[in-house]
Amino acid sequence: MSATPPASESAGASGVPLLRVEDLHVTFAGRHRVFERQGRASARAVDGVSLEIEEGEIVALAGESGCGKTTLARAIMGFVRPEHGTIEFRGKPLGKDLRGYRREVQMVYQDPTGALNPRQTVYDSVVEGLRIHKVPGDEAELVDRALARAGLRPPERFLLRFPHELSGGQRQRVVIAGALALEPRVIVADEPVSNLDASVRGEILRLLLQLRRDSRISILIVTHDLALAWSVADRVAVMYLGRIVEVGPTRDVLLEPRHPYTRALLDVVPDAQDVGAIDRPLLTGEPPDPTRIPEACRFHPRCPALADGRAAEAGVEGACRSDDPRLDPIVAGHLAACHLAHRRPSGFRVP
Amino acid sequence: MSVLEVSDLSVSYATRDGPVPAVRGVSFDIDRGQVLGLAGESGCGKSTIGLGLLRLLPRGTEMAGRAVLNGADVLAMAPSALGAVRWTQASVVFQGAQHALDPVIRVGDQIEEAILAHRSLTRRQTTARTAELLELVGLPARRAKDFPNEFSGGQKQRVMIAMALACDPDLVIADEPTTALDVMVQAQVLRLLKSLQMELGLSMLFITHDLSVLAQVADRLAVMYAGRIVEEGPAEEVFGSPAHPYTAALAGAFPRIGDEAFVQAPGGLDGDPPDPRDLPTGCSFHPRCPRVMDRCRTIEPPSFPAGTGHRAECLLLEQGAPESMPT
Repeated sequence: MSATPPASESAGASGVPLLRVEDLHVTFAGRHRVFERQGRASARAVDGVSLEIEEGEIVALAGESGCGKTTLARAIMGFVRPEHGTIEFRGKPLGKDLRGYRREVQMVYQDPTGALNPRQTVYDSVVEGLRIHKVPGDEAELVDRALARAGLRPPERFLLRFPHELSGGQRQRVVIAGALALEPRVIVADEPVSNLDASVRGEILRLLLQLRRDSRISILIVTHDLALAWSVADRVAVMYLGRIVEVGPTRDVLLEPRHPYTRALLDVVPDAQDVGAIDRPLLTGEPPDPTRIPEACRFHPRCPALADGRAAEAGVEGACRSDDPRLDPIVAGHLAACHLAHRRPSGFRVP
Repeated sequence: MSVLEVSDLSVSYATRDGPVPAVRGVSFDIDRGQVLGLAGESGCGKSTIGLGLLRLLPRGTEMAGRAVLNGADVLAMAPSALGAVRWTQASVVFQGAQHALDPVIRVGDQIEEAILAHRSLTRRQTTARTAELLELVGLPARRAKDFPNEFSGGQKQRVMIAMALACDPDLVIADEPTTALDVMVQAQVLRLLKSLQMELGLSMLFITHDLSVLAQVADRLAVMYAGRIVEEGPAEEVFGSPAHPYTAALAGAFPRIGDEAFVQAPGGLDGDPPDPRDLPTGCSFHPRCPRVMDRCRTIEPPSFPAGTGHRAECLLLEQGAPESMPT
C-alpha cells in the first residue's frame, strides 16, 4: 500500500504496517421500536473495510454521517466487536486481552467537555489512565510530562483546575494529555476539532502534527471536513455506506479524485475564493442508509457519472448496475472502487 | 432603503457576579433584499445580537441603543407590540432547529399554528398556504401529515425555514442554520436559503462561525470579536483582503484545498477568545494579534475606513486615515 514520505522508512524497516485492518465488517442488529411503523433491518455500518496505517502516518477518514467512519474507528479501538475480519497491531492479530493494545492505541473524542468528568481536576483526569493500566513510575511526574507534551505549560498551572475553568482548546489538550500519558503509538481522533472555535482548531491540529513529528505517533483522524484533511493528513480514505471507496495520498485524492463520490464531497466544501461554488450541482437521490445498501456499486443510484451518461459512454454502465466494484489501484498507492475510474485513467478533474 | 438599522447596540447579561457585557456598542444596517453575514467565534456576541433584535433574551438582560426595524425601534416597544413584530416582520431560523418541532404534532399543524397566530385565514386558506410553504422549501405538500420523526435532519430544517417564511417577514435572522447538519445536507440547505432569498427578495442576517459559508451567501460581512464589530464591508473584499488581523486569522482557520500554504500547516491563532468579564485593555484582540504594536495595549481603536463601504477597528489603518477619511 502507499507510503507517504514520513512513513516510508518505518514501513521499509519492519515490512509490516503498525496497524492493519483487513476486510472488517460490523453489523448492528435491527430491532422493533415503539414509534416505528415497521422493524428495522440490520445496519451494515462497516461493510468490508481494509486499511493500513504506518508508523508516524496521519490518515484522514472522511465521509458523511452514517457512512460508518465512527463505527470503524470504534471497531479499531475494540469498543465494538466486528462480525468478520481482522485487526492486526504490529503484525499480530488482536486477541481476547485488549489491555496492552488499548494502552498503545488511544482515542480522542469530538467533545472534550463530555469526555472530561466535570468534578475531576485536570490531574485526576490525566492520571486515571495511568492507574487503570498500572503504569510504573512517579505518577505526578508522568502527568506533568503528559500535560507539557499536550502544550499545557507550565503543568502546575493546570493540575488543580476543573474543566469549567478551562477554555475549549485547553479541555481538548487535557483529553489529549490523558491519552499521551500512556505513551500511545496510535491516536484515533474522532472529529477532534469540530466542537472547537475556528481560531482554536489550528492550534489542536498543529499539536497533533507536532506529536507525529516528535514521537512518530500514528494518527487516524475521523472527519467530515476535507479541508481539514488537506491541512494535516498524509493520506485520505473516503467512506461511503460502510466501504472505503477511494484512498490515496492526500494530494492525489483531493486534487485528482477518481471516484465520483469524492468529487461530489469536494464540490460541497464551502470555498470562499470560489463564490460560484454554491451553484454547482449537488448529489440527488436518497441519503445513504446502511440498512439498505444498494446492490452492485453501492453508489450507483446517486452516481452523477452514471446519470449523465459518462459511464455508458465508457461502456461500464452494465457493470455499475450489476457488479460491486473492488477497491483496486489506479496508480500506485491511489485506489478507487469505481468501474469508470478504472476505465478512464484521467479521472474526474473539474474542467 | 434599510430594513434594519442598528445603532450603538449594547447587551449585558445579568449574572450573580454582576452584568457581563456580551455586545459592546455595535452598529450596522441591512438594506432591503440584502444579506449581512455576521461572523465570529463562540462568545463574541453574534447570537446575542440575533436574539436581542427580537427581544428573546432572558429576563434581566440589559439592552441599550436602537434597533429600528421597518421604522420602529424594537428595543423601545412595549412587550405587547412585540408579538406583531415577531414572525410577521422578522423571524428566526435557529441552529439545531430540528429540536424545536413538537414531536407529537403533525408538521403541517405546527406550520398552520404559526400562520394562524398572526393571520385570520379560513381553514382551507391555511392548509393551502401550508402546502405552498412546504413546496417552497422543496418538500412535497403531502408531508404536512407526517410527524417530525419521519423527517431527516435536513428536512426538519427545511420545515423550520418554511415556518420562518409563514408570515412573509421582511427580515429573516438565520443563526447557524446549517451548522448541526451533515456536509451534503448543509450544502443543500445553504443553496435553498440562497435561492429563497433571491426569489423572495428577503433581507437576511446570517449568523455563523464559518466564514467560508458566508463568503457564498452574504453581500456584506461583519466580523465580531469580544462584543464589537471589528470589520465590516463587502463580503468578497472582507474575505479576500481583510483589513483586520483577526479577520485574516479567522479566514486562515479555514484551509483551502489545493492551497500549498496550508499543507501540514493548519492556520488559526494561538490563545483563546477573551473572557467578557475580564477584557484586555486597549484593543481587546491585542494579546492574540500577530501584528500587535505597543499602542494597541492602551488605545481602544476607533473605526477606520478600509475602502469603499469597508471599515475596521485597527490602529494599523491609522496612517492611511487622513487622505481616505471624509471630512
